[in-house]
Amino acid sequence: MNPEVTAGAVPAVAMRSITKRFPGVLANDSVDFEAREGEVHALLGENGAGKSTLASILTGLYRPDAGDIEIYGRRVEFHSPRDAMAAGVSMVHQHFRLAASLTVADNIVLGHQAAPWLRASPRTIESQVTDLARRYRMPVNPTARIWQLSVGEQQRVEILKSLYRGARILILDEPTSLLTPQEADDLFETLRRMTAEGRTIVFVSHKLEELMAVSDRVTVLRGGRVVGTVETKSTTPPQLARMMVGREVVFAQSKEAHRMEGGEVVLELRGISADGDLGIKAVNDVSLAIKAGEIVGIAGVSGNGQRELAEAISGARRRSAGDVIVDGRSLRNGDPEDAIARGIAHVPEDRLGTGVSPSLSVADNLILKSHRRAPIATRGILRRQRIAANAKQLMSRFSVSAPGPDTPTRLLSGGNVQKVVLARELSSRPRAIVAANPTRGLDVGATESVRELLIKAAAGGVGILLISEDLDEVLALADRIAVIYEGRIAGVVPRDEADVQRIGLMMAGAPA
Amino acid sequence: MNVNDSIVVVLAASAIFYGTPLVFAAMGELLAERSGVLNLGVEGMMLTGAVTAFWAVQHLSGPDWLVLLLATMIGGLAALAVSVIHAVLVVGLRANQIVSGLALTIFAGATGLSSYVGNVARLGGQPAHHEYTAINVLGLADVPVLGPILFHQNALVYASWALVLVALAYLHRTRTGLHVRAVGESPQTADVMGIDVARYRYAHTLAGGLLAGVGGAYFSLAITPNWIDGMTSGAGWIAIALVIFAFWRPELTLAGAYLFGLFSSLGFVLQARQVHLPPEVFASLPYLMTVVVLVAVSTGWARQRLGAPAALGTPYVREER
Ligand SMILES: Nc1ncnc2c1ncn2[C@@H]1O[C@H](COP(=O)(O)OP(=O)(O)O)[C@@H](O)[C@H]1O
Ligand SMILES: [Mg+2]
Repeated sequence: MNPEVTAGAVPAVAMRSITKRFPGVLANDSVDFEAREGEVHALLGENGAGKSTLASILTGLYRPDAGDIEIYGRRVEFHSPRDAMAAGVSMVHQHFRLAASLTVADNIVLGHQAAPWLRASPRTIESQVTDLARRYRMPVNPTARIWQLSVGEQQRVEILKSLYRGARILILDEPTSLLTPQEADDLFETLRRMTAEGRTIVFVSHKLEELMAVSDRVTVLRGGRVVGTVETKSTTPPQLARMMVGREVVFAQSKEAHRMEGGEVVLELRGISADGDLGIKAVNDVSLAIKAGEIVGIAGVSGNGQRELAEAISGARRRSAGDVIVDGRSLRNGDPEDAIARGIAHVPEDRLGTGVSPSLSVADNLILKSHRRAPIATRGILRRQRIAANAKQLMSRFSVSAPGPDTPTRLLSGGNVQKVVLARELSSRPRAIVAANPTRGLDVGATESVRELLIKAAAGGVGILLISEDLDEVLALADRIAVIYEGRIAGVVPRDEADVQRIGLMMAGAPA
Repeated sequence: MNVNDSIVVVLAASAIFYGTPLVFAAMGELLAERSGVLNLGVEGMMLTGAVTAFWAVQHLSGPDWLVLLLATMIGGLAALAVSVIHAVLVVGLRANQIVSGLALTIFAGATGLSSYVGNVARLGGQPAHHEYTAINVLGLADVPVLGPILFHQNALVYASWALVLVALAYLHRTRTGLHVRAVGESPQTADVMGIDVARYRYAHTLAGGLLAGVGGAYFSLAITPNWIDGMTSGAGWIAIALVIFAFWRPELTLAGAYLFGLFSSLGFVLQARQVHLPPEVFASLPYLMTVVVLVAVSTGWARQRLGAPAALGTPYVREER
């Protein structure tokens, strides 16, 4: 973005032949990476391609097994993040590194060696933070505690933290994954301001559109190796996608949007409310009706009551008010068994935690919902042959790739775990499915198959409530889009009238 | 009757007297827990402190104050040495903190190392050669009401007050204190900010050991100036409960310690006044309270709200997910 960037100068970052092995995986395989001073250099790759590993090596968090790093032409060896910080390298991690109970100001000065032994008065620190925040137009309240902030605000604190330390090279790992579209635009604006000052940005992402918008160059990683580095100006999203995946990609499959006029309601939420884990109201008076064959998407920034809503419907969480009505009869409150019996399938967001029992075999996980009934159980005895046959059949129908039905489920890749969950849920012939972030963390291929399965289920007459923090996913699959903000439905729009700008505003709590 | 002999004043003064070992032990545990290390070995460390400090007063000679100071320090250092085991196991080797702490109490506690030392050195049944006695501070001991409570206590009581003030200032007013809180809350964060997580955890676990030892020494040098196997009779466990009960805050720990001190002394004070109730009732009061407090705070509800250090009990390894 900075016109003065010149190709000949010493690069701000040069990583050569970086190799990093974790037990069983070669996360980085002889990776070469260079970023010029003042550029935004994107690091693109699918999940598991090794982006975060490379970034963590650059910030001294991980030690490489082999390879060299040069910062502004000087050979460096980082033994800890402190060394990297001293060389001007800082990183905003995908999972923020903030101490939730401390204030914004405390988080920013944390570990700063120049700080006096007796802490400067909080007011001095606060005014420094306020100045910095004003300079980069990243408003934060220095006295607020981290847990009180939205994700977007927390990210600003992370960036301010780096700037406070005088970072010249800033790495951002998937910085937009938790932001609304507007917050993402603000972030890009900040990045431009930083590169104009000669700072270098390494922008890690797997979202093509935003890379095209924000970066000067892109380095693509696949399976731990560099596929290539290209100028953003002279590339296209399909070309990048091909480099990233290694084959042609069918762009995010989408469902034909239907306006469901008439049609039978299979799942109705009538004014439901529920408390979150902290006992604070997380779901507030949500009403929605989902018809057979319809996909209703719930868009929203993470932490606005999505998980609690899904659990309140599936019975995993008690409702404090309201009714969930399936085929005209209301479900018993806080009783997952009743929900299952009445045809509610749940694809929870925490696959390994609540979706499957990780140490049980694939075959056993596949019968978790049918083990009480014939043919799987007769007179209280499980029929092993039938369980094996059931597993074989479902694994081939849903193309679960696993060494065998007896493999412990935790050993499967994320995509295959999700297929096991879907196989179990869909084979129970549900009336409605509540799916929470069903493709989060999956690679392009697995995402494709999961979406296909959902579309197919809807075509077969199942009503689907798709709760997703990925707005693109909601826009691709849902017939209607409801936006959730602080536990309330901020508005519902049919897809053909959906406008990203307006949905983004609703996600941020602006009145619709 | 003199107001200073009234039951309220006597109870207040003895609540402080009996609560003081808890202040030391709980403040030590608080420091360790603030850095993310749970140490269930407090009882064992206190007993180690009690026996070594008592051994020291029997074998050292010199003026009272010097012998007592040295003996208290020896008790603290012995307990610190025991806490090194815990620190190495849980910080260095990432062993399970609960298992290691329990092992520590079993190893060092009653019928363990401390009773071995006491028996081999034949400490049982001897009267102490030196003991902590109440000091008449500035001659104010006879001031009505406040005199016996505030100005007629032993040196360790005054030291414990200083300790609470220092701990408060340390945690909230110094850079290192901020780092400790960050390490206990999110070691990942502390690490990327350039704070050496392991060093902070070692240091605070050892400080916890030292203070537990001083608390133990208080039993053998101030409360019952002699040595009996298992003489802290569960004070270490009460101290652990107290930290939770006090929401990990030094000032509330002090208040809580005195509340438990009150329960401990209620029996003696009432008995001395010819109020006859089964002594077992009073003797069991502090433990009953501990159970109630621990049950109450271990519900999910309380865990979320009490402000426990978020990373309490979890090891940190940089390259592990
Ligand atoms: N700390 C770790 N321990 C073990 N394996 C890891 C660790 N970090 C990353 N990996 C593995 O290394 C590979 C690359 O991961 P990562 O760098 O996080 O990918 P990306 O950020 O591109 O999604 C993955 O297979 C991942 O499972
Ligand atoms: Mg990553």
